[in-house]
Amino acid sequence: MNTLTLALRNLMRNRRRSLATLFAMMIGGICILLFGGYIRNIVYGLQTGYVRGGGHLQLQHRDYALYGSGDPTAYGIADYARVMDAIKRDPVLAPMLTVVTPVLSFGGIAGNFDAGASRTVMAIGVVVDDQNAMARWNDYGFPGKPDVMALTGSGPNAAVIGSGVARVLQLCAPLHLADCPPPKIEAASIGTALPGDVSALAAADVAPVASRTDQAQIELLAATTSGAPNVARLHVIEAQMQGVKEFDDVYVGMHLPQAQRLLYGSRMPQVTAIVLQLHHTDQIPQATARLEQLLKTTFHGLPLAVNDFRELNPYYGQTLGLFNAIFGFIAILIISIVLFTVGNTMNAAVVERTVEIGTLRAIGLRRSGIRALFVSEGLLLGALGAAAGLAAALILAAIINHSGLTWTPPGRVTPVGLHLRVWGETGLLLGTAFVMLTVATVSAWWPARRAARLAVVESLRHV
Amino acid sequence: MDLLTIKNVHKTYRLDRIKVPALTAINLHVRSECFTVLSGASGSGKTTLLNLIGGLDTPDQGEIVLDGSPLGSLSDDECADFRLRHIGFIFQNFNLLPVLTAYENVEYPLLLTRAPAAARKARVQDLLEAVGLTQHAAHLPGQLSGGQRQRVAIARALVVAPKLVLADEPTANLDSHTGDTIIALMRRMQRDCKASFVFSSHDPKVLAEADDAVFLSDGRIVEIKRNNEVAR
Repeated sequence: MNTLTLALRNLMRNRRRSLATLFAMMIGGICILLFGGYIRNIVYGLQTGYVRGGGHLQLQHRDYALYGSGDPTAYGIADYARVMDAIKRDPVLAPMLTVVTPVLSFGGIAGNFDAGASRTVMAIGVVVDDQNAMARWNDYGFPGKPDVMALTGSGPNAAVIGSGVARVLQLCAPLHLADCPPPKIEAASIGTALPGDVSALAAADVAPVASRTDQAQIELLAATTSGAPNVARLHVIEAQMQGVKEFDDVYVGMHLPQAQRLLYGSRMPQVTAIVLQLHHTDQIPQATARLEQLLKTTFHGLPLAVNDFRELNPYYGQTLGLFNAIFGFIAILIISIVLFTVGNTMNAAVVERTVEIGTLRAIGLRRSGIRALFVSEGLLLGALGAAAGLAAALILAAIINHSGLTWTPPGRVTPVGLHLRVWGETGLLLGTAFVMLTVATVSAWWPARRAARLAVVESLRHV
Repeated sequence: MDLLTIKNVHKTYRLDRIKVPALTAINLHVRSECFTVLSGASGSGKTTLLNLIGGLDTPDQGEIVLDGSPLGSLSDDECADFRLRHIGFIFQNFNLLPVLTAYENVEYPLLLTRAPAAARKARVQDLLEAVGLTQHAAHLPGQLSGGQRQRVAIARALVVAPKLVLADEPTANLDSHTGDTIIALMRRMQRDCKASFVFSSHDPKVLAEADDAVFLSDGRIVEIKRNNEVAR
């Protein structure tokens, strides 16, 4: 008969009250775990999207982030092939790498001459096979097959544009883009109406501009390294929704050689970034340290800097911060409820067992023994509540994950299955269990202290 | 030889702003291996004196020396340890732990002394046999009669082989026949265990069993009868 056994038996005395307390703790545990699992899934999804699109790390000109978007050709990496080769052969980095690939980002003006429409765009030249390899990164086991780039197997002048670009350039019809009505041309508000034959002639001339050709084509105007304008005629093979509207309205994807020809002509081609994708996100610190070491030795003199995906995508950190704040608020709320519930239960137990406390003290149990007894009861309540909460949360998460519910996470345009990542999230599970244990123990401490400080004679007289 | 010496003990309780003297100038010697009864009307100070002797309360003035140890000099933890090893308690309402069986209730003080398991088992079985409850060892207090509960309480009080057992009106909640049986049992156990028993009681049957009887009135000792004078 040790203190824990005695504590357990005491909890069993008033089963209804103990069960009500356990139920409250279980509900609290479920809420924390399910919401935590939901957040984990969002964060992993965001991370997976960023890593698939832009890798874990990027080597860029050290001033590219500040000035490069305005003049990418001035902040390019000239000797990128040598740098990439050295990275791939580096004995420290090589085992961590899945893909090393160059990209060239630049701004320009895309136009549809036939429609008389144009707009500013952000173009990116990529190595398609490398991008497809990056899209296979799935460290968090998301279901479904990886997306294959629409540029795969396409000709050298092929391009993919955002659906917003397609809409503005009036390319929806040839690209078979749904939900993309042609712009309405308002009738003149002043003067008399056109004669019927004249308006029919005008309509025939304006309306089907895009259908005049089977191929959707755009002209992309950009400034070369010398500052002179250069134009590339690109064959648009697909318009893709890019998730974020601001990006969707400016995106033009193309093959890297074509982008380099547009910007550098016959000069030595450059890229704006070398993208490194690692096997695992937790390898970032080690890979960054090695790259910075290489920048000081092998690449000494090159004006390069290493940025990880979190620095390149501030939205990721902001989303993480927002969810952490919400999670923290909910957790504090639930912890407070558990704190008061367990405290109330233990207070009631102290009042009910006052004579028993006096008897134990008379027999020879020290104050610390009384304290230990009631704290043990709180600890046991916490352990049982945490165990019940964990088990229930795992079962509920499994049910929800198999229920077929869908939702549209931030940064996506299509709904995905609602998935709560509770199973396998050791940190979340152990953290929740530890917090519940601690909260239950702490909330039992004050009633335990009160019980220990009771005068023996007064306790024995208690009715 | 005296086991317990009480020197000029005073105790006053405060009820709001009113001081109520519970004990005044108590001087008493309790002999070793004797059956001593504190007798008196309700409110005479019997229970207060027992509480002071047991170290459950402290006197406002005076000294209580038990087996050479002045209780007033002990810290709270030292006093608890002293009670555990030297004093057994028997209460009017039995005060057994309701979640423990008869066996476990008797064993509990031995657990606090960290006695070895084998020694605990032997001691508890001996005592349960002595009080006639071997068959009820696995019963919870709620499954026992009043007399059986008090037997368990007697066994629990004696399990650490204390030098002094204090019993506050041990037969008050028992019927006459059961009360007689319990008194006889305690008398036998007191002799077998060579312990001193101090009772508070106004039951004439208990007084008849006493070696020494101390009569209290209004918090003062009014008479002491030694060597079974009451029975004679």
